[in-house]
Amino acid sequence: MTDHGVADTVDDERPQGEAARPHRHADRPLTGGRIDTWRHPLTVRLTHWLNVFAMTILVMSGINILMAHPHLYWGIRSTFADPWMSFPMAPDWLMVPMRRDLGAARGWHFLFAWIFVLNGLVYLAFITISGRLQRMMEPTRADLADIPHSIVEHARLKFPKGEEARRYNVLQKLTYLLVLLVLLPMMLATGLAMSPMMNAALPELLWILGGRQSARTLHFLAASGLVGFVFVHVALVVVAGFTNNMRSMITGWFVIEPEKEDAE
Amino acid sequence: MIPERRGLILGAGAALALGGCDRVARTSGLQCSLKKAEQVSQRSQRALARDRLAPEYEEKDISSDFRANGSVDPQASDYLALKANGFRDYRLILDGLVENPLSLSMTEIRARPSRTQITKHDCVEGWSAIAKWKGARLSRILDEARVKPEARFVVFYCFDALDQTEDGDRYYESIDVPEARHEQTILAYEMNDQTLPIANGAPLRLRLERQLGYKMAKYIKRIELVESFDHIAGGKGGYWEDRGYSWYAGI
Repeated sequence: MTDHGVADTVDDERPQGEAARPHRHADRPLTGGRIDTWRHPLTVRLTHWLNVFAMTILVMSGINILMAHPHLYWGIRSTFADPWMSFPMAPDWLMVPMRRDLGAARGWHFLFAWIFVLNGLVYLAFITISGRLQRMMEPTRADLADIPHSIVEHARLKFPKGEEARRYNVLQKLTYLLVLLVLLPMMLATGLAMSPMMNAALPELLWILGGRQSARTLHFLAASGLVGFVFVHVALVVVAGFTNNMRSMITGWFVIEPEKEDAE
Repeated sequence: MIPERRGLILGAGAALALGGCDRVARTSGLQCSLKKAEQVSQRSQRALARDRLAPEYEEKDISSDFRANGSVDPQASDYLALKANGFRDYRLILDGLVENPLSLSMTEIRARPSRTQITKHDCVEGWSAIAKWKGARLSRILDEARVKPEARFVVFYCFDALDQTEDGDRYYESIDVPEARHEQTILAYEMNDQTLPIANGAPLRLRLERQLGYKMAKYIKRIELVESFDHIAGGKGGYWEDRGYSWYAGI
């Protein structure tokens, strides 16, 4: 992982008089006051897209697994006559594989669970060691004070320009932290708590979560939270500039629009 | 889309990194990855769990609505004959790779060292139910039969055919010897202080508390110690395994 913004060594062999070559991730000025800025290092982009792929398979095979017993309960055992929630049958196109097949769906789910976990660990290690987690996602005091204003800005679908566009806004920070540090680890913990061998290995996990049926229901709720996040995330990517956002998550470069002096 | 393709390639790469595949089996790349993931899950969970016990519960936790799944009333003629006189003529056959093959009546099985446990039954479908089980400890019966060192798996042959036909595929299951020797692995003949009901596997069923319900063979007819289960039925080690379910059901 060479790609996280470490300054290139200055080349002393350059002909005299030429200006120092800018860092390869330094801002690139574009026409009209726009700036191309370096946003997503390679590790973030690779883990992001692998996660998109793994989570898609996990959600779709998860729906297939849920369809084997489309009822949820709370507690240590199922109360068959009184489920907390029941589901209609999901259409085939929403499932992996694309027909009801519990055995095969479990195979897919557990293969991609490993990929999801290993990929997630690489990402979390990277953002922790590189300091991105703290630098980019930890809300500052000013951020927290800005929450009401940020909500209004989001509701008006107004997105920051200029210097403000270099940073994540407070709602973005809090949402990413919720997803990274609560929902995704919750998926793993509740998933493991449904495994009878893990119940023997780590009974504490089962008890903390309130039993296997609670773990199963929480697994579903956390997954629903993630799917909800993805819908909002993709909608905001589209509204805030689909091409620019996609380009930044593919190439790493993001274009910042200049702040308009004469507003409206 | 480029990112999707990159994800596919990385996914395949990660799966390959899990290990090489059995070329003889001529499995596809995906089948191979799925199999490898199952093995990685099995090894890592076993390493974490070692000999630890599945959680045990209290009387008050027992389900009032324990669900019976799979066969609930076998119609095979040999089973109906035994059932007709309360399984008094039933004999459990234990043979295969053992020094001392056994043929035990229910009275003899009840006289063997037993264990009583209130445990959670986890179905592969996702539901759970709690019941109290009493049965003969399989490890003691294996000791009595003196398992040969080359034996690796314990195979359970059952009376029931899920399609309820006389020549239908009878249920069978297999577990490995270490799991068979686990403290909570019992041949249960009592459920909730009553003689094991027909729906739950009378006269004898397996309780394998650290794995899913489909591993826990009901209506056990015969137990065989084998080195490999490749030659039995579909060769995957169990009725549901032959139909696409994983042999390791600890997850």
